[in-house]
Amino acid sequence: MEFLLHHFFELTISGLALGSIYALVALGYTLVYGVLQLINFAHSEVFMYGTFAVAWVFVFIGGKESSSSGLMAALPTLLLALVVAMLVSGGVALALERIAYRSLMKRNAPKLIALISAIGASFALSEAMGLRDKFAGWFGLDDNLANYVSKPRDIYTLPVTVNPHGLFTLGDYRVTDVDVLVIVSALLMMVGLDQFIRRTRFGRGIRAVAQDPESAMLMGVNSTRVVQLTFFVGGLMAGAAATLYMLNIGFTRQDAGFLLGVKAFTAAVMGGIGNLRGALLGGLVLGVAENWGAAVLGTGWHDVVAFVLLILILLFRPSGLLGDALGKARA
Amino acid sequence: MTFSSKAVTGLMLAGLATASLSACGTTDSSKNADGGKCGYKIGFLGAQTGPNGNLGLNMTGGIKTALDAYNKDHADCKVSLVIKDSQGSQDQAPPLAKSLIDDSKIIGVVGPGFSGESAATGDAFSQAGLVTVSPSATNVDLTKNGWKTFHRVLANDDAQGPAAAKYLQQQGAKKVFVLDDSEDYGTGLAGAVKKALGSAVVGTDSYEKDKIADVVSGLVTKIKGSGADSVFVGGYYGDSGLLAKKLRQAAWKGIFESGDGSEDPGFVDQAGAAGAEGAILTAAAAPATADFTSKYEAANGGKAPGLYSAEAYDAATALLNGIDSGATTRSALLDYVNSYDKPGVTKQIKFTKTGEVTTQTIYAYTVKDGKIQPGTPIK
Repeated sequence: MEFLLHHFFELTISGLALGSIYALVALGYTLVYGVLQLINFAHSEVFMYGTFAVAWVFVFIGGKESSSSGLMAALPTLLLALVVAMLVSGGVALALERIAYRSLMKRNAPKLIALISAIGASFALSEAMGLRDKFAGWFGLDDNLANYVSKPRDIYTLPVTVNPHGLFTLGDYRVTDVDVLVIVSALLMMVGLDQFIRRTRFGRGIRAVAQDPESAMLMGVNSTRVVQLTFFVGGLMAGAAATLYMLNIGFTRQDAGFLLGVKAFTAAVMGGIGNLRGALLGGLVLGVAENWGAAVLGTGWHDVVAFVLLILILLFRPSGLLGDALGKARA
Repeated sequence: MTFSSKAVTGLMLAGLATASLSACGTTDSSKNADGGKCGYKIGFLGAQTGPNGNLGLNMTGGIKTALDAYNKDHADCKVSLVIKDSQGSQDQAPPLAKSLIDDSKIIGVVGPGFSGESAATGDAFSQAGLVTVSPSATNVDLTKNGWKTFHRVLANDDAQGPAAAKYLQQQGAKKVFVLDDSEDYGTGLAGAVKKALGSAVVGTDSYEKDKIADVVSGLVTKIKGSGADSVFVGGYYGDSGLLAKKLRQAAWKGIFESGDGSEDPGFVDQAGAAGAEGAILTAAAAPATADFTSKYEAANGGKAPGLYSAEAYDAATALLNGIDSGATTRSALLDYVNSYDKPGVTKQIKFTKTGEVTTQTIYAYTVKDGKIQPGTPIK
């Protein structure tokens, strides 16, 4: 406990940095749930493909040789990686919607079937990434792509180590440029998304379908388009999360999405699934609580704290901190 | 036995396919299909892929070096190798061990690779009377189960722990923070280090193997907050590399030490050259001699030997010498290995009753300019 108080700012800032990544991924769960009342369990893989896209961009530009640089020097590549990762994740999310969901939805399959389909898609996507060298091998490209595929299921490391620099001191912790970038850019993304949903035509369509799909359809909203858009936007956010994750952690593997996905889903439920601001709040609360809990009880308790907190919050607020409903929650 | 040569080919190809990408160019092994009337096989159980796949590939490279030399001299009675890829996981190893046991042509096994998978499969091997010689499992308790078939060609964590602690103190460490990855190998090694350091330990903690990413920032805060001048990590490079990187990025200046699970080029990749600089990695594995290196490179398409390559070579050589001497049943080969006493490339290979190798030396490797330098024995 004393330790927590002494290092309060350090633990809180690093918890917020992790929590912002949870929150960005949580948006994907919450958006899809809000519109379809369906938990897209393959969203963790959408994130994971983004992390690989980030590393590939860096390898494409600078080669596999490991080097280190400051944040400013890495920024141009990082921005490019952000765009590519968002597109890759968005693309995977779109493909997922097309292959794993749309035909089920069309035939009015029970929600449970769609859930199983999502879990199946999650495994397929994850293993496919794990065996990427095999696919390259089929086309005889494994030599050309050796820098990109590596060994099956192996860790894939970002070749550039971004070294953080201290910006200002908070308590006795020197807040770094990487901390600030991760937290601020995650917040900006979320504010942008929130405004997009609230103010644009597309956003209105999403909200309409979330509130009442049938009436929305009668009013001329193209619900297929709206569902596609929802998946795509969730994918974009996961791609942004992937970029920040790689900046912070620096390596990925084919199962990197799993635990993070569970945490992000937890954050979404904690904040009120279906509610965008809830996802933000849930993510930040979860990231900070985990860090505090680990500091007080020991690192092994990290995940215990996260999930006990989830149970406690749901006991007292069954619909999460900010309540559910993508449609209703915007006054 | 006409069916066996086909089965051998199939297994070999399956093994090779998972073995390594670099193996594509070699054709030696497919010739083993011509195993003649003997058709004896040795097995390998360990990682070939997965987060710690590098280490397993080092081992199969060493076995291949021994096997190629043997098969060149015994063209009429070749021995072939069956590789079972456990991904280093103790959950995946047991069914693979069973498939080795069920193949009656397999009379000896190099492996299992890591301690967790050794613990999970030792009973089965012992009951089947199938001799195993591990090139890398160092958990102390493995030789305390009364297993009749377990052997290892390197010192255990009881030797590594105190030596790692001693070396740390020789480097001037006064306050040490000890971490482990909550698995058999990591907790065993970290426990031995803690015991040897006694009151010099200022803090301890553990994380979950392969899942350090979520907790690393908290660990860095803790280590810095404890005022430690050095850190010891009982774990593998997939985790320890990230921790080293984050500690250096947080401007922590102390000594970073880890055990043989981190003694791999992957550690430097993970930590980055700056993060890995100065890190001390202890291992019971000996640095490869020049002579062994050239043999290994010849057998592995120019690839240099890595951690455990020489140990795997010694383990495979002991089995192959046995087969050569006519010990071609499981029980005969077990007896042969039990009374084996010959110089290997790493040390004199001779086992105690429980399967420990009698010479227990630990080496300290240091990372400099982004490379792990050849180790020196800790005295």
